[in-house]
Amino acid sequence: MKIVVLVKEVPDSYGERKLNLTTGLAEREASEKVLDEITGRAVEVAVSYAESAQEAEVALLAVGPASAEATLRKTLAMGGDSAHHVVDEGLAGADLTLTAEVIAAALERIGFDLVIAGDVSSDGTGGLIPTMVAQRLGTAHATSLDAVEITDSAVAGERAAYGGTVRVQAPLPAVVSVTERLPDPRFPGFKGIMSAKKKPLETYTLADLGVEAEADVPRSIMLSVSETPARMSGEKITDDGDAGTRLAEYLIQRRLV
Amino acid sequence: MTMVEQNTPERNTSEPNILVFLPVLPSGELLGSAAELLGAASALGTPVGVILAPAGKGHAAAEAAGQCGAARVFTAEHKVTGSLLTTPYLEVVAAAWEATGPEAVLVPNDVDGRDIAALLSVRTGSAIASDVVGVHRDEEGVVAHHSVYGSGYTTESAPTHGTLIITLREGAVDDRAPAAEPVVETLELNGAGLDEPPGTAASITEFTESVEASTRPDLRGAKTVVSGGRGLGSKEGFELAGQLADELGAGLGASRAAVDAGYAAHSLQVGQTGVTVTPDLYIALGISGAVQHQAGMQTAKTIVAVNKDPEAPIFDIADFGIVGDAFEVVPQLIETLRAKGQ
Ligand SMILES: Cc1cc2nc3c(=O)[nH]c(=O)nc-3n(C[C@H](O)[C@H](O)[C@H](O)COP(=O)(O)OP(=O)(O)OC[C@H]3O[C@@H](n4cnc5c(N)ncnc54)[C@H](O)[C@@H]3O)c2cc1C
Repeated sequence: MKIVVLVKEVPDSYGERKLNLTTGLAEREASEKVLDEITGRAVEVAVSYAESAQEAEVALLAVGPASAEATLRKTLAMGGDSAHHVVDEGLAGADLTLTAEVIAAALERIGFDLVIAGDVSSDGTGGLIPTMVAQRLGTAHATSLDAVEITDSAVAGERAAYGGTVRVQAPLPAVVSVTERLPDPRFPGFKGIMSAKKKPLETYTLADLGVEAEADVPRSIMLSVSETPARMSGEKITDDGDAGTRLAEYLIQRRLV
Repeated sequence: MTMVEQNTPERNTSEPNILVFLPVLPSGELLGSAAELLGAASALGTPVGVILAPAGKGHAAAEAAGQCGAARVFTAEHKVTGSLLTTPYLEVVAAAWEATGPEAVLVPNDVDGRDIAALLSVRTGSAIASDVVGVHRDEEGVVAHHSVYGSGYTTESAPTHGTLIITLREGAVDDRAPAAEPVVETLELNGAGLDEPPGTAASITEFTESVEASTRPDLRGAKTVVSGGRGLGSKEGFELAGQLADELGAGLGASRAAVDAGYAAHSLQVGQTGVTVTPDLYIALGISGAVQHQAGMQTAKTIVAVNKDPEAPIFDIADFGIVGDAFEVVPQLIETLRAKGQ
């Protein structure tokens, strides 16, 4: 069984995140780069299955700028046997369709039985890539799983549906994504960090994968970007025993109740 | 997929068709997002609803879609359990696409909507705009608005060419379309995705209907939202937020820490990885106001916060902040409001 985890590096949401007001692209220097929290959970699902399974191999795949290599190494410290990094100038500002094409091409190159991703990234908030990749690869998708069970030949889990929840099951090969209902990832130990340095990490360009970023297919392009003015704080009082009453008066005065 | 009843009158062909996927609950009711999806579509062209309903409920759902402004509705019926995941939805949307040649397709940005959008985009080779908070049309076509980095930025995007597929963030659009008498067309599903090669789709083995005990307004559309955080200390303590919500006729929300601690259901989570709300009034009780929480509520018109810690970041964005114990402030608030007859 070969599991590939889709690894995304994102600007740290605890810090400041900026867009360049001319290009609309992420201001890479403004923020610290971290592994997207939801990716950590996807890695944990893969690594904990691999520990319990007879023969399972875990590979990590990231598509992103050169900095993503450091994030891949850090992620390898949590587990996983190898890492794969698609890095190419042509990917700057890539839209969803190009990104899905690149990931699918890389997965075809690496080989997989099961692909695990986070459901929605904290920077792009699209939540579309895993299913787009599955469709390109002609495999089943089972996304936004709140619980996951992996066997030799299938993957099953639970997810939200209109007016309830469903249990879904997909034969392998398949692409799944997990929600933040899945457990937190482990902390990499010293051993993990040391061994991560020696694990194979391969890089690919778009040309290696036969993907043409400039192909004349429909793409989404950004037309404009503007910064929302920061919100100001207003009145702040300390409760001296009458704050509830004062709040009631505030709300009534402003016709908010 | 076959069309059993085609009854297309002369239409104004200059107005582009905008397909709208409208989810249906097991009861046959349309999901609350129908009005905003059709409202957004009406700003772009002729709203055409697409419905996959439980057996026997398609027609009523189509009527309801008309109430929300659908000029034309494609309906099909099916059973959730035993069907393939997403495939039946995709089949009806694809059939409606064939029939109408839409300029844009709108789906809700939820778990199923995203899958439909993703499959449709790859199948038709179309561009996608995700997590869209508004739409308009310019000389060149459809423009989508996005709110990025937790409302820190607003961006606009457009497709280079072709149909644009849009996942619309729930609760973001205020436009509503006038009610219409829809032309209803019934589609027959060939069986849940039998045209799909075996092994390339997940199947649904079980459906569990959620028991909606709540009579509170839906968090996403509520004018007032009361949210509780870890500071409420326990499931029982969290009731305080519920009490205030009921007093104000408000939707109930929660921070992720409160959800993780089991005080509230995950569906109530407000923030970066939960729901984004834009109410007139947002009241945060025992919530520190981490950036990821702010991402889901900082566009509320008025923010009120009650927190014991004067340094809590929630106060940086609160219009009215109270440094105090929620268990003292809230009961007094409720009492005063009652006394004043509010
Ligand atoms: C990728 C990512 C995504 C995330 N997504 C979300 C999200 O969608 N939504 C979200 O909310 N969080 C999210 N978080 C988590 C976020 O960082 C915070 O951990 C979380 O919001 C904290 O919740 P809280 O304010 O309830 O708890 P705490 O930070 O523990 O705050 C509790 C507060 O209650 C106050 N308090 C205690 N007792 C009382 C009392 N009696 N009366 C009044 N005040 C009291 C305390 O002073 C404290 O400020 C995310 C984090 C990451 C990394």
